[in-house]
Amino acid sequence: MSNHDLILSVPAPASPWRERLGSAMPLLVLGPSLVASFVYVFVFTGWTLYISLSNSSLLPTYGFVGLDNYASLWANRRWNIAYNNLFLFSGFYIVGSMAVGLLLAILIDQRVRGEAAWRTIFLYPLAVSFIVTGTVWSWLYNPVDGIQALVRGFGWTSFSFALASDRHYAIYAVIITGVWQASGFAMALFLAGLRSVDQDLVKAAQIDGASTFRIYRKVLLPTIAPIFLAVAVIQIQFAIKTFDLVAALTKGGPGISTTFPAIYVYDLMFQRGQIGEGAAAAIMMLAALAVVLVPYSFWVVWRRRKEAGHG
Amino acid sequence: MADAALDQSLDHRAATVAARRHFLTRFVIYGLLVIFAAIYLIPLLVVVLNSFRDQQEIARNGLISLPRSFRLDAWGQAWSTYCIGGTCEGMQRNFYNSLKMTIPATFISTLVGAMNGYILSKWRFRGSEALFTCMLLGVFIPGQISLMPWAFILGNLGLSNSVYGLVLIHVIQGISFTTLFCRNYYVSIPDDLIKAARIDGAGFWRIFRKIILPLSSPILIVTVIWQFTGIWNEYLFGVVFTSGQQQPITAALVALTASGTNVRAYDVMSAAVLIGALPPLLIYLFGGKYFVRGLTQGAIK
Repeated sequence: MSNHDLILSVPAPASPWRERLGSAMPLLVLGPSLVASFVYVFVFTGWTLYISLSNSSLLPTYGFVGLDNYASLWANRRWNIAYNNLFLFSGFYIVGSMAVGLLLAILIDQRVRGEAAWRTIFLYPLAVSFIVTGTVWSWLYNPVDGIQALVRGFGWTSFSFALASDRHYAIYAVIITGVWQASGFAMALFLAGLRSVDQDLVKAAQIDGASTFRIYRKVLLPTIAPIFLAVAVIQIQFAIKTFDLVAALTKGGPGISTTFPAIYVYDLMFQRGQIGEGAAAAIMMLAALAVVLVPYSFWVVWRRRKEAGHG
Repeated sequence: MADAALDQSLDHRAATVAARRHFLTRFVIYGLLVIFAAIYLIPLLVVVLNSFRDQQEIARNGLISLPRSFRLDAWGQAWSTYCIGGTCEGMQRNFYNSLKMTIPATFISTLVGAMNGYILSKWRFRGSEALFTCMLLGVFIPGQISLMPWAFILGNLGLSNSVYGLVLIHVIQGISFTTLFCRNYYVSIPDDLIKAARIDGAGFWRIFRKIILPLSSPILIVTVIWQFTGIWNEYLFGVVFTSGQQQPITAALVALTASGTNVRAYDVMSAAVLIGALPPLLIYLFGGKYFVRGLTQGAIK
């Protein structure tokens, strides 16, 4: 409240003109951002949507061809691989990072020494870019110089670990690296959730003689259930937008085995000059995001209303 | 632990069993933590060590091995002399590009976000909540949607292949995030404070400068850290809209590691990777608390 004193000595508004300007000020300041956001969200999306319905190839042109680009997109084998990869990656990535994240959160929650240090270690991959992570892991996966070479150096000469260079398994290399990068994030959210649970609940369960395991299973985890959903939704979002990680780790290869939708869009737009179909693929990415996010945001609003109604 | 206590008659034995169990659980907890910590730290350690090792030694013993040499040459080469695609200036230019892109974009988007957040929480008007929701949609739009429109706009503004074009993109893209952060923080500042100030005759700017800004440092730090790391680490726009000497460091790193000569210069590449990772890592180490706060807030809301 000490700030209050600072403004007691303010002079009265000088003129009606200034007063009117003053009342319009919020809108004047907010205006540019509103326009920019509107253009960014609606005009850009509409624009790309229109390009996806046009016969654009090397440059955007505006001859209307209806859904032709979408038809050829879904007929394309590479696009099919891309969205299959997306499903596979999303599933393992979300389950994997949440499982590891939850385990780490529970471990740290056991009143361990040096909590801050452990957290710092598990979270640092989030500070560095996917480019850095992908590059470094591509070296570790490299059969000649990386993990395979290390284990063979120990004497196990038939050991084989060439995930990233095998077209059938390269997607798992992407998954492992993705989980490595993202588990700390899940851990941070779960830990924040565990800490926010009412301690009286835990104490009551302890008095009843419940084991630690039972307390987690019956009390703590159900209480933080909304966090599971939030983490899953955020991770799906990341998965759908996955681009940098693959670009640095496998470049979509070997062959086209680790193509992702985002890689496909980039390739069609800027390498092959098929802008129309690239735009169609970008719109499909947006559609995938909407399928996840629209129901989720409705659910969040519904829950808030319900809580507000009770409170 | 609880069932051991049930055994009342053998009090002493129960106590030792409980103690042993306690020790065992502690052992498992710390054991698992150490294993995971190793998994997380080894990649970093490998890169750090290799940036000081001799290239021949890496070729002989592999990437993951204890260093038998110590040289600083790789850092110098990565910074100023290594050749990427015909120009032999190392990463320094790209590093500066990233700074020239990240600092203004972070500063502008944070400032605009603070103003927007202030208005959307303390100067609400009819429809302001709906406008806020529309701005929020910007958080979810994938970059791929905006590639073609940006290409057109940057081309017409004469900003293609320029760091300033990237600044523009990151400011516009960042506004939704910074507004969200600041608005949600300012909502918790009591409205009475603002009302009292208005009664005393303070206007829009004065309230912002004298009341809001002095209370803002936590959220401004969170926002700056979030924007800085996000923009520094961004790759898609960098690789699409710039080339060669204009590229930010992420795009240059990919170009560097892809430039496949016969011998892979892991020493130089390791140093280059660390140069690219260092600014956000340092921010993380010194502002970790705020970094995590940004993550959880950005996620939950």
